[in-house]
Amino acid sequence: MTNSFADFDKAKMFFVIGSNMTEAHPVAASFVKNAVNAGAQLVLVDPRRTALADFAKIHLPLKVGSDIALLNGLMHVLIKEDLYAKEYVQNCTVGFEELRAAVEKYPPERAEEISGVPVEQIVEVARLLAANRPAMLIYTLGITEHTCGVNNVLSCANLQMLLGNVGFECGGVNPLRGQNNVQGACDMGALPNVYPGYQKVNEPAAKAKFEKAWGVDLDDKIGLMIPAMMDGLPTGQVKAFYIFGENLANTEPDISHVEHCLESAEFVVANDIFPTETTRFADVIFPAAAWSEDDGTFTNSERRVNRVRKAVNPPGQAKPNWWVFKQIAKRMGQDWASNSGQEIWDNEISVLAPQMAGIKFERIEHDGLQWPVPDLNHLGTPFLHKEGCFTCGLGNFKAVEWTPPAEVADEDFPLVLSTGRRLYHYHTRTQTGRSGGLNDLLGQETADISVADAQRLGISQGQKVAVSSRRGRVEVAARVTPEVPPGMVWMAFHFREGCANWLTNPVYDPVSQTAEYKACAVKIEPL
Amino acid sequence: MATAKLSLNSKEVEFTPGETILQVAWRNGVKIPTLCYLKDCTPTGACRICLVEVTGARTLVASCATPASNGMEVFTDTEKVHRARRLAVELMLGSGEHNCLLCEANGECKLQELAYEYGVSAGRFEGASQHYPTEDQNPLIIRDFSKCILCGRCVQACNEVQVNRAIGFGYRGAEAKIITAGDRPYDESDCVFCGQCVQVCPTGALTEKKAKGLGRPWETKKVRTTCPYCGVGCQLWLHVKGGKVIKVTGVEGAQPNRGRLCVKGRFGYDFIHSPERLTSPLIKQADGSFKEASWDEALDLVAERFTEIKQKHGPDAIAGVSCARSTNEDSYQMQKLFRAVIGTNNIDHCART
Ligand code: SF4
Ligand code: SF4
Ligand code: SF4
Ligand code: FES
Repeated sequence: MTNSFADFDKAKMFFVIGSNMTEAHPVAASFVKNAVNAGAQLVLVDPRRTALADFAKIHLPLKVGSDIALLNGLMHVLIKEDLYAKEYVQNCTVGFEELRAAVEKYPPERAEEISGVPVEQIVEVARLLAANRPAMLIYTLGITEHTCGVNNVLSCANLQMLLGNVGFECGGVNPLRGQNNVQGACDMGALPNVYPGYQKVNEPAAKAKFEKAWGVDLDDKIGLMIPAMMDGLPTGQVKAFYIFGENLANTEPDISHVEHCLESAEFVVANDIFPTETTRFADVIFPAAAWSEDDGTFTNSERRVNRVRKAVNPPGQAKPNWWVFKQIAKRMGQDWASNSGQEIWDNEISVLAPQMAGIKFERIEHDGLQWPVPDLNHLGTPFLHKEGCFTCGLGNFKAVEWTPPAEVADEDFPLVLSTGRRLYHYHTRTQTGRSGGLNDLLGQETADISVADAQRLGISQGQKVAVSSRRGRVEVAARVTPEVPPGMVWMAFHFREGCANWLTNPVYDPVSQTAEYKACAVKIEPL
Repeated sequence: MATAKLSLNSKEVEFTPGETILQVAWRNGVKIPTLCYLKDCTPTGACRICLVEVTGARTLVASCATPASNGMEVFTDTEKVHRARRLAVELMLGSGEHNCLLCEANGECKLQELAYEYGVSAGRFEGASQHYPTEDQNPLIIRDFSKCILCGRCVQACNEVQVNRAIGFGYRGAEAKIITAGDRPYDESDCVFCGQCVQVCPTGALTEKKAKGLGRPWETKKVRTTCPYCGVGCQLWLHVKGGKVIKVTGVEGAQPNRGRLCVKGRFGYDFIHSPERLTSPLIKQADGSFKEASWDEALDLVAERFTEIKQKHGPDAIAGVSCARSTNEDSYQMQKLFRAVIGTNNIDHCART
């Protein structure tokens, strides 16, 4: 997030796109609702009529995967009607002419044709945004989990820059992170192209810095991302696979394919707190200390580094994950000095990652600090790109074209499946499924369908149905709901039985390698 | 703007117009007890515990609901005030079934605290005989109406803080009750089990089912930590007793959540104590089953196999996925293992889900 959660209840205008906040980020949603109650306006863009729609001034129920067409349409109107932030665009950005040329091709009529959002609403929202600045743009995985995910993000940024909304309190481009520490895992360099603090592995100076710090030679070749790792298993390009904590066999698209890949690995190691569908494929499983059993930090969506504390001992012989990695390193010839979460953070991470230089455990005893925190006296950075001063000089418009999802509805598979999370569970339920009460509140997967489709197909509330795609088939109960528009099926991936990932399409954004969880073609039959 | 002033227990203090008497007093270190007052919400003046004497006013006024005004003379600690507060507490105690010995809130109940502080004599008021039955049809929250003092904090938490709009005041007079739409049980209502109502309830009227009987407040240690679920990063207190987390509450005033939690953060904690936890290193046998092993055995095996594969096929034949749920320190160590020890950049995590 460029901005902070503290901005939410002070904001005057929101543009929420592809984010079912009340279920996936309920506390963040509560601040948005507070703001609306205090008079703020909310534009909600989502194919489903999610709970936040009750608070929205306008809900735009766009078609799955048409975000860029809609956003370009909005920008078209802003430029046509001369409503964009001219001074800001001139002083703080580059690439406006390319953007203008690209959105020129998306008059509201064409945007309507692709997105299904009526012309009048597109014009109305554009004017509303122009009249209420700054607006906070909030997005979640509805934007990123597409083959055009990166372009979707760029498009969101374009809109906010065109409105002059980046670099101010209560403005900005604000992705809500799905998992507690996705932000942190990125910051720590658990990515194939960067060291901790986003220092590039193929930049000689960065490489030299880490070679010196770690006392070894490093490789400057960018590594593989998860989909390529997976595909490398059956071909033999990847022989050994180390899976830390992720239940890939349920979370990745097209479960059958994933399991085939894992099966063909020569050697698999897993750290986990529970046996999962994924640890079945392991040759060695290390029992890990869980949350509450070890000291360390998580970094939230607003870049705030928060303390996580040990309150109880791990069961049996379970050990902290960092300890396991240290022991393997030792047996492979390297003795690492740090011997606790605090030592790893204070003596290594905050020394090596410039954004974290001013963060030490003693400074985050209470509230955490928001990076960048360049030195020990710095109080943290609640919002980035202050007054339109972008980190890399000027804000860069990147004109993008709409592209449809890789798989669209057709005669054989006439409905669009979109997936996500539900309130009472989290991911594959390894944790929430073992926390008393939550299974009672939600005990099984459902296929959420519209009233119209239910009537057309003769499906009644709660009836068992088969949902199938080109990749798989699941049997679940139907949940007939006005939340879902005709033509759509909506499911989650919390339950192995009826997991949406038996159906999802393993196609990826070419840059981010994010899978298209939000769109594939399915059919549904009553049983 | 001229600064506004008032006299607080005969001492002159400044205030910003818009502040209530309560806010001015608290800011100046003057203690006034409250029950129904909930920070950042519209004051309701329901409980009459925060009464103070204002010169010239006909009656005592509720300080939480009365704006400070210039030249006002306020007394917070007079005999009249004490008497009125004592009476308010006695009325509340008398209206319900306050059997502290057996109450889950014993030791953190505001009513109990106030009864003690104001020297309420036992048995002055007979407990009312008729109460709505306890409702606990859901797995998480117990609603004991016999202990409800109708302060309305739960209603505010639900409507003004979390804005879930699940509960409100229902029925009238002596029949008054906190209800959901249609007076249905929580699990058949709009309630989304954020548990905020439980966190703000000053008595034992709303309590957590899972924590029932597991420990008294004075026996538990509170440890601050960060929620392990979504990317909001809510700050929470783990209530720990005997090596177990028995309850979770939101840290009031902390960034980013300011005391709020959702159902996952508040109730999704006990997985750590599940009997299904992995407790020993496991090595797969030839027949596909897992056998318990010592740490040395398992670590040696992994180091050996990694070294062997690296020698035979090069470091890029090894790949790793880190965990977006675990700590920064864990992710740092894993990427360091891959880069500095194995010698490959084949390290990634589920950055995209
Ligand atoms: S349930 Fe608790 S918070 Fe709600 S009105 Fe009764 S005593 Fe007050
Ligand atoms: S648990 Fe949350 S939603 Fe349910 S009544 Fe209480 S405050 Fe409202
Ligand atoms: S309490 Fe809920 S909203 Fe807060 S971090 Fe946890 S899961 Fe997210
Ligand atoms: S706290 Fe003021 S009336 Fe209840």
